[in-house]
Amino acid sequence: MSDAHVSKSPMAPPSSFLWSRRIFLTLLTGFVLIPVYVMISSSLKPLADVTGQFRWVPSGLTIRPYIDIWSTVPLAKYFMNSLIVSVSATVCSVVVAVFAAYAVSRYNFRGKRVFTVTVLSTQMFPGILFLLPLFLLYVNIGNATGIALFGSRGGLILTYLTFSLPFSIWMLIGYFDSVPRDLDEAALVDGCGPLGALFRIVVPAAIPGIVAVAVYAFMTAWGEVLFASVMTNDATRTLAVGLQGYSTLNDVYWNQIMAASLVVSVPVVAGFLLLQRYLVAGLTAGAVK
Amino acid sequence: MTTTTLKEPVRGDSTGAAAPEQRRRPGRIRRIGLPYLLLLPALLLELLVHLVPMVIGIVMSFKELTQFYIRDWGTAPWTGFGNYKVSVDFDAPVGKALLHSFFVTVGFTLLSVGLCWLIGTTAAIYMQDNFRGRGLLRALFLVPYALPVYAAVITWVFMFQHDNGLVNHVLHDQLHITDKRSFWLIGDNSFWALLITHVWKGWPFAFLIVMAGLQNIPKELYEAAALDGAGMLQQIRRITLPSLRPVNQVLVLVLFLWTFNDFNTPYVLFGKAAPEAADLISVHIYQASFVTWNFGTGSAMSVLLLLFLLVVTGVYLVFTSRGRRTGDV
Repeated sequence: MSDAHVSKSPMAPPSSFLWSRRIFLTLLTGFVLIPVYVMISSSLKPLADVTGQFRWVPSGLTIRPYIDIWSTVPLAKYFMNSLIVSVSATVCSVVVAVFAAYAVSRYNFRGKRVFTVTVLSTQMFPGILFLLPLFLLYVNIGNATGIALFGSRGGLILTYLTFSLPFSIWMLIGYFDSVPRDLDEAALVDGCGPLGALFRIVVPAAIPGIVAVAVYAFMTAWGEVLFASVMTNDATRTLAVGLQGYSTLNDVYWNQIMAASLVVSVPVVAGFLLLQRYLVAGLTAGAVK
Repeated sequence: MTTTTLKEPVRGDSTGAAAPEQRRRPGRIRRIGLPYLLLLPALLLELLVHLVPMVIGIVMSFKELTQFYIRDWGTAPWTGFGNYKVSVDFDAPVGKALLHSFFVTVGFTLLSVGLCWLIGTTAAIYMQDNFRGRGLLRALFLVPYALPVYAAVITWVFMFQHDNGLVNHVLHDQLHITDKRSFWLIGDNSFWALLITHVWKGWPFAFLIVMAGLQNIPKELYEAAALDGAGMLQQIRRITLPSLRPVNQVLVLVLFLWTFNDFNTPYVLFGKAAPEAADLISVHIYQASFVTWNFGTGSAMSVLLLLFLLVVTGVYLVFTSRGRRTGDV
């Protein structure tokens, strides 16, 4: 593995470097993989294997847990709720962030700096600070206007999309800045309106950044626990809360918990790994510069 | 591919982006209104979900908002700084517990951010140049970050179980390091359980950001240094780390804020009642608010937390920005 590298690179790393790299990366791989292994192997174990002493090697493999998870708790319903909430929050977040980032990247206006600083600083707020006020606000809005925000998917979508918004705007500003202005100015000269320039020139050129932002927004919404635990009811419960249903029962079905964890992780992990290239590219061009 | 070609304009623009746009084009009135119109949705959402609730939270912190008033919180009596006095009275149980939780959080945050940064940076530097299996390893390393926090943490809960967990099995049954099985999710060990879980989930983010940052360092710098006879370590010290400074400035801050405010990890790891040794401030405030139904005190604690974070962030930015150009927020 080192030979190919040495011949290609103008500066051959010393063998001490290669050895320390091997050791470090091996240890790190172990650290990363052990929980993943536990998750996968335990999800295929019979119940006896996960109630007694831990076993590295299952005494037998069974797909039973993957069948039982759907009936122990209404997992399919939670799954749908999470999917609806996360997809909606992602789409809205990306659209809103594209507009905002375009304004900041391409225009000069009074309050620009205040806007960016304020939006970014909301990242700093402890979620706990606005959890209860937001809850009260949603209840009051619901009482006053009849729009049910509390306990509804809509309220959760609204909340989650603002969670990913600051980072998305920040990243897209950097990304839009890297799209040469000459391009959209040419489009403006050709008679496109500013929005035409945005959607025909800037957005297509910034697709990797937008994909990255979408991935981030989806992961944020899919994984949030605090607000989901307070703002959902039986009908709108998401996976973040629903998954705890397995562990509050008298019998803890660890094999089912692991199977359910795996099932709810697969969409995000697969999506993330497929699109992580864009995230790195987006970070490189945008946020990290 | 695209990143390398786009890199130059980014660098050229990074100072110019903040500078006023010189060209004036016709239709100025529409032009002035347009950016505000584009910002409006983002602005409204931020107002609704972050800023207005924050103001309400601050107002609440000056009220005696107990369960009796929660239905109609406007009628709760004002208490002035009463809630704050209770929160910072470190001789009384409430203040004492808050102070303890604060110190636990500080210790936890310092250790976690330090470890996440160290592991992430080391891994990113080791994986800077190509070797066989690099792509696979990179994808693998990002798995903890990609996993939903509850799925990841629940797996650690299982591993930390007293009777059927992996950790005790390895430490006690296989390596015989401990005389008897330890409790990991209650008692003093819970701090380390929390730290390990958090670092496991958090370090790939540092890895991801540093990896992206490394791609912006021109290869020529390394080549020039190599020609001058700089060794591997020297290159890392003289080129890699200084070039990463702006990236690290933001990265460490973001890690700090996320870790300090983290609620999800301890909440899934320990449930609603965190053990004293791992009583992070967010969970502590959550408990103070929802378990005792005293939202006024809870709000006051949250405001104090926010103030603390503001001060730390401000001081941090002043110190780390010294001698660097400002305005690249």
